[in-house]
Amino acid sequence: MSAVATPARPTASRQASGGMSTKTLNRIVIYGLLTLFALFYLMPLFVMLVTSFKTMDEIQNGNMLSLPKAPTFDPWLKAWGETCVGLTCAGIKGYFWNSIKMVVPAVLISTMLGALNGYVLTKWRFRGATLVFGLMLFACFIPFQSVLLPMATILGSLGRFGVSLQNSVGTSFGLGNSTVNLVFVHVVYGIGFTTLFFRNYYEAFPNELIKAAQVDGASFFQIFRRIMLPNSMPIFVVTVIYQFTNIWNDFLFASAYAGTGDSMPMTVALNNVVNTSTGVVEYNVNMAAAMIAALPTLIVYVVAGRYFVRGLMAGAVKG
Amino acid sequence: MSSVATTQIKLTPERSRPSVRSRLQDALPKIVLAPSFAITIVFVYGFILWTIYLSFTNSKTFPSYVITGSRAYQRLWGWTFDTDPPSSWYTSITNMGIFGFLYIAICLALGLFLAILLDQKIRGEGVLRPIYLYPMALSFIVTGVAWKWFLDPGLGLEQTLHQWGWTSFHFDWIKNKDFVIYTVVIAGVWQASGFIMAMFLAGLRGIDGEIMKAAQIDGATTFQLYRRIVIPLLRPIFLSAFIVLAHLAIKSYDLVVALTSGGPGGSAWLPSNFMYEYTFKRNEMAVGSASAVIMLMTIVAIIVPYLYSELREKPR
Repeated sequence: MSAVATPARPTASRQASGGMSTKTLNRIVIYGLLTLFALFYLMPLFVMLVTSFKTMDEIQNGNMLSLPKAPTFDPWLKAWGETCVGLTCAGIKGYFWNSIKMVVPAVLISTMLGALNGYVLTKWRFRGATLVFGLMLFACFIPFQSVLLPMATILGSLGRFGVSLQNSVGTSFGLGNSTVNLVFVHVVYGIGFTTLFFRNYYEAFPNELIKAAQVDGASFFQIFRRIMLPNSMPIFVVTVIYQFTNIWNDFLFASAYAGTGDSMPMTVALNNVVNTSTGVVEYNVNMAAAMIAALPTLIVYVVAGRYFVRGLMAGAVKG
Repeated sequence: MSSVATTQIKLTPERSRPSVRSRLQDALPKIVLAPSFAITIVFVYGFILWTIYLSFTNSKTFPSYVITGSRAYQRLWGWTFDTDPPSSWYTSITNMGIFGFLYIAICLALGLFLAILLDQKIRGEGVLRPIYLYPMALSFIVTGVAWKWFLDPGLGLEQTLHQWGWTSFHFDWIKNKDFVIYTVVIAGVWQASGFIMAMFLAGLRGIDGEIMKAAQIDGATTFQLYRRIVIPLLRPIFLSAFIVLAHLAIKSYDLVVALTSGGPGGSAWLPSNFMYEYTFKRNEMAVGSASAVIMLMTIVAIIVPYLYSELREKPR
């Protein structure tokens, strides 16, 4: 590192084979490039963050990259509690909770189903298991546009059925409720991935343990509960994080099945906030809203980045 | 397993109670798997058939189930480039070509480049890697909002450089119908390239150090080492990364909506946006379904051979 001060002797260094300063120069170039790219990746987040703490005055007259002169938390408060989403001006807090109410059950159900499926597909193999898995796996890759319309039709009919149930029995059993619909949709189109994760993980799990338990008379579910589950912690974390990120960030299903009204999830509400054209555009509030929408997944990433990456990889590289 | 149980029943009919139970035990795994499988068959494959069916009808605002032939497809392909602006479908597929090619190529190149740089025993790798990768945790909507601001001529980069004194700097791609698709490429690359870097880095770390050493002893330069030895060894990663990127590219929808709201006159549309607009907003359900079928076929052509080879390699 002390050699940094003497990089300006190219001729000398070229003569001395493998000279100290060529190497140093290389290091400087490498670190320089890496830092430059780090700035490229950080820039949008940085701009979003500083803008969300500025007043509108400062935004219009100041520099995008400068730090807020008088940091204010008001844009965040306004985004959370007052800003207009379409015609209602009660902030994005309601939509944030919509997303939570949708994400939690969808993640739990799809992960549990994935664990059971993976267990069956690896430890209770039957003829055609690979085909079944292949069909489920392919479902992960389809463009959802190819199922979007039929699902809308079905959800619409279920909604009408729910209304008639409401009128006759007094409860709709959740039929027609947008949040319930989205949970259902995310479970349906999420089990392919969760099954993939657990299948690849359980594949490496020793069969001898299962055999021994069977000899001891343990049942299907006992083996799952007593032997598989206690040893599945890492893959549970990976799957939950993967599903959480995907479902929280979904926009296509959300806008197709809950695109209007009070039941919008966060992503749709954010898009509406940003594209609301009435009045002065409050960029600081928009950026604060975007930050609020990004925070849950960012926090998960910061806390458990290793598992996040493993999930992404498991979806891409064979396990 | 089930054959064992049935022979037992035949041999000892008097013990029918335990055998029913054991038959149930044998069937239990399939019973557990059945709901998920049924859901997949109905809601994925059934719905795909439904969409294909609709694409051969003349459905407009509401689905119609009278087959009227391939009119929707003829309309899609019968439109032309010659009009100005070109028809939405041709704009969408041209954009898909531009976006798909640049997005995949730049992500692969940048991902590999960063991975190689990071693999040079870098101090602070633990800090840099998460910085490159975090955009993958963000939603496309957030990415779109951030870049929309950053690329806005009046607020973002252009304005900043003007303030710093470079007043001739001009960058209004996001408002220009001919260039708006390239801003989608920029934001898309920003989001996914870090992940591709992580894939390549994992691949690089998996390469046997002995091979590298041997090549170095033979006098290979660093450049030769990477070109001749390392990159060929990374071929499987290239394939996986390509599959991931191709499938992300074809599915891209949110980014276009959030970043450009479709661009001036729909000039930033991808087929996914076309499908959504025609199906849900322009009441041309059959045309929308036809475009969805074309998207699906593209994915099938890429994914099915890949999945087939992946699953076949590990027969059991």
